[in-house]
Amino acid sequence: MHELAITQSMLDLVLEQAAKADAKRVGKINLVLGEMTGVVGQCVQFYFDFLSKGTPAEKATLNFKVVPTTAKCLNCHREFKLGEFDWTCPHCKGNNIEIVGGKELFVESIEVE
Amino acid sequence: MEIKVVKDILGANEQIAQKNRQLFDGNKVFVANLMASPGAGKTSLILETIKRLKGKTKIGVIEGDISSTLDAEAISKEGVPVVQINTGGECHLDANMTSTALPSVPLKDIDLLLIENVGNLICPAEFTLGENIRVLISSIPEGDDKPFKYPLMFHEADAVLINKIDLLPYLKFDVAAFSKAIKGINQKAVIFPVSCTTGEGIDEWVSWLLEQIG
Repeated sequence: MHELAITQSMLDLVLEQAAKADAKRVGKINLVLGEMTGVVGQCVQFYFDFLSKGTPAEKATLNFKVVPTTAKCLNCHREFKLGEFDWTCPHCKGNNIEIVGGKELFVESIEVE
Repeated sequence: MEIKVVKDILGANEQIAQKNRQLFDGNKVFVANLMASPGAGKTSLILETIKRLKGKTKIGVIEGDISSTLDAEAISKEGVPVVQINTGGECHLDANMTSTALPSVPLKDIDLLLIENVGNLICPAEFTLGENIRVLISSIPEGDDKPFKYPLMFHEADAVLINKIDLLPYLKFDVAAFSKAIKGINQKAVIFPVSCTTGEGIDEWVSWLLEQIG
């Protein structure tokens, strides 16, 4: 459900960048979504189709790069992908971890004409 | 033509949150953003906190709900200034909604502002409001697997309250395993087992809160 607000913010950001570049049309939007944010690409697409109508970004292709939730063990300092129900480090069995990936939520680039 | 952007989608929210924060700091108001699933006991905790701080700290409350003013009515009975935000469907409060409510909050007359977010363990974690601390209220009936299901929320919290501990004899909930899971992902989190019904643990939470206000 947070996708509506997130898509609106994303669209505002894209249109601002496109206007700065004097672009007539936005063809593609490259997004980076961290797995941990719980943002669903399909929902973003749905809201985008609706919100972008009549703007230079209408019919732009959304490209999603999903970043898996990655943790760094605070004991052995190695990185690993966070399991669903087990947050133990697979290397040293340590329990203290730091999240190093998966919180991303940004517009990487746009392609304009 | 490709334009490199690399900008946070929620950057606009962050900017408004910073403005809110300046307003809070300027008025010497400490702000706690209370987040939880529906029914975890956010309003009950606010009421218990108000009771214990009466005469010590001047409190204001912002109530965030999708609809209704039930919570605001319960709190205004305690003689505390309260502003209700009805999000009209949005599943979280954002910095902008909060800023539009602020002119109705007597910031000059209060020391502590408690913001009750919309009951939801997903979206509120994404949107900062300008708060000093983020408090997560979890409760025994929700089960002890919640940190694994909603890692971002547990990762972002400064304090986690485990509410309804009076129900521990009747429900399966491993407090030690739950606390260990939180500490694993978020070493800074302070954990308080409490019951808003019996009052157990509330004093510990309130003294910690007072320490944070300074």
